Amino acid sequence: MLKVEHVFKTFNPGTITEKKALKDLSLHLAPGDFVTVIGGNGAGKSTMMNSICGTFLVDKGSITIDGVDITHWPEHRRAKFIGRVFQDPMMGTAAGMQIEENLAIAARRNRRPTFAWSAPGSQRERFREMLASLGLGLENRLESKVGLLSGGQRQAVTLLMATMAEPKLLLLDEHTAALDPKTAAKVLEITNNIVTERKLTTIMITHNMRDALALGNRLVMLHDGHIIIDVAGEEKKNLTVPDLLKMFEKAAGREMTSDRLLLS
Amino acid sequence: MNIVDLVVPTIAQGLLWSILALGVFLTYRVLDIADLTVEGSFPLGAAVAASMLTSGYDPYVSIVVAAFAGMLAGVVTGILTTKLKIPALLAGILTMIALYSVNLRIMGKANLSLLRVDTIFSLASFISDNRSMVALVVGLVAVALVVVANYWFFGTEIGAAIRATGNNPNMIRANGIDTDATVILGLLLSNALVAVSGALIGQDNGFADVGMGTGTIVIGLASVIVGEVLFGTRNFMNWLISVVLGSIAYRVVIAIVLQMGMPPNDLKLFTAVLVAIALVMPLIKKKLKADREVA
Ligand SMILES: Nc1ncnc2c1ncn2[C@@H]1O[C@H](COP(=O)(O)OP(=O)(O)OP(=O)(O)O)[C@@H](O)[C@H]1O
Ligand SMILES: [Mg+2]
Repeated sequence: MLKVEHVFKTFNPGTITEKKALKDLSLHLAPGDFVTVIGGNGAGKSTMMNSICGTFLVDKGSITIDGVDITHWPEHRRAKFIGRVFQDPMMGTAAGMQIEENLAIAARRNRRPTFAWSAPGSQRERFREMLASLGLGLENRLESKVGLLSGGQRQAVTLLMATMAEPKLLLLDEHTAALDPKTAAKVLEITNNIVTERKLTTIMITHNMRDALALGNRLVMLHDGHIIIDVAGEEKKNLTVPDLLKMFEKAAGREMTSDRLLLS
Repeated sequence: MNIVDLVVPTIAQGLLWSILALGVFLTYRVLDIADLTVEGSFPLGAAVAASMLTSGYDPYVSIVVAAFAGMLAGVVTGILTTKLKIPALLAGILTMIALYSVNLRIMGKANLSLLRVDTIFSLASFISDNRSMVALVVGLVAVALVVVANYWFFGTEIGAAIRATGNNPNMIRANGIDTDATVILGLLLSNALVAVSGALIGQDNGFADVGMGTGTIVIGLASVIVGEVLFGTRNFMNWLISVVLGSIAYRVVIAIVLQMGMPPNDLKLFTAVLVAIALVMPLIKKKLKADREVA
């Protein structure tokens, strides 16, 4: 369903800060795949994600979703297909607007806005149920400004927003990294529930190897701008952290030194 | 001097200028852009209306055409800043400067008198024998229309997309909205209001002048900020009304300092200082609070 084919991306080409962030990266996803992505700092994980959702255009290669070539589409157009949660909890919601208004905007992600009333009362019940399912006590705060919520609450709301208008693809870029461990676990649990219940095709970047192993049906490791490990199904289920480290050493030809990845 | 003779014109001025303030509010607050196009689209509105009136067009039509001219100015700035990636502040300055020449061309000279032609105010003179009272009523009707229209529009899906653009462009792009389009649309609406304000003020003053835009951005900002501080920002309707009341409050302050003997030539200096103080207020408050917490 998602096909990333031979994608290259170089930042600041021809300058001293030139950085080849993606080098011949290819990734195919089957419908319903839940892929966790790991890799050291600067491996190109976020760049891969941003290439898919169109934050910038890639230098070479192609990206298709369900057979539609979106390689040259602008970001907002791809958003009709893609739900997204950012690492920064501030990024995914409009702080100065009410929870209800944010949800209403997300509910129409896949169509053009009209002159109809933006947040009609008729959607309230549905929103309230969705918020209640988060278990964070937000169901009675529809009219609160999102800016008043905690980082974890905001990420949970963003997750709702990203999955509301049935995305073909859900992209999560370290969406729990900025949260305290307890909140992170809660948001991860909500994520897993939504993704597995609705069988959403999902890519989740994480720095936590254990999360990467525990969630999803497939695991991908990025190194130096391309994929060096790609395991799925039974093989992934039986994988352990030491296994992963060994695989990395073999594939990358050196020891794993990425601090953040090891520490977690 | 009779107090009514002082109060009525002051409120009337505040109302007519509040349409400019609402335009500035749309960019400065809703879109989070400081748009200097205002200084060109205000005289543009006056110039368009004045040249139409002197050619014998209907005053109402002249205001509608002025609004469209303002829209065009807003779209130019919008395209410069979105499609051509020129920083918004600079884009506004470019349009403003270009409009100076455009306005001269529209009027054919630097100043156009409206003393001998029908204006929207002379058409409404049946309301009262007092010119200021007529201006007040016309202003009130115009402002009511503008406030209600804005409240409705920014409550719609398209309006909400514009508000979200000013709030968090990343969020609204991730939700399928082209922020280039929302920015252009916001600038279009803002400058339409500013041009309408210019058309009304020009007709009230009895002339359009190519230099009448100087300092209008600061007057607009002063009205927005004073209104917010004095009358609150609880919800969108409250916020819109605060801006209108802020514009009136600003005129009251000006009337008072002039009565106290301040030379009119110092008005712009006074306004700039007022806005500067209002803008640093949050910083000073924060610093005072931090100092108190340390102590
Ligand atoms: N917009 C940009 N401009 C210039 N260089 C960039 C940009 N974005 C990323 N890079 C560089 O590209 C490389 C890959 O970055 P990327 O953000 O994809 O890494 P990552 O795998 O997500 O790392 P992290 O674990 O730190 O999030 C890094 O060297 C980074 O500095
Ligand atoms: Mg990253």
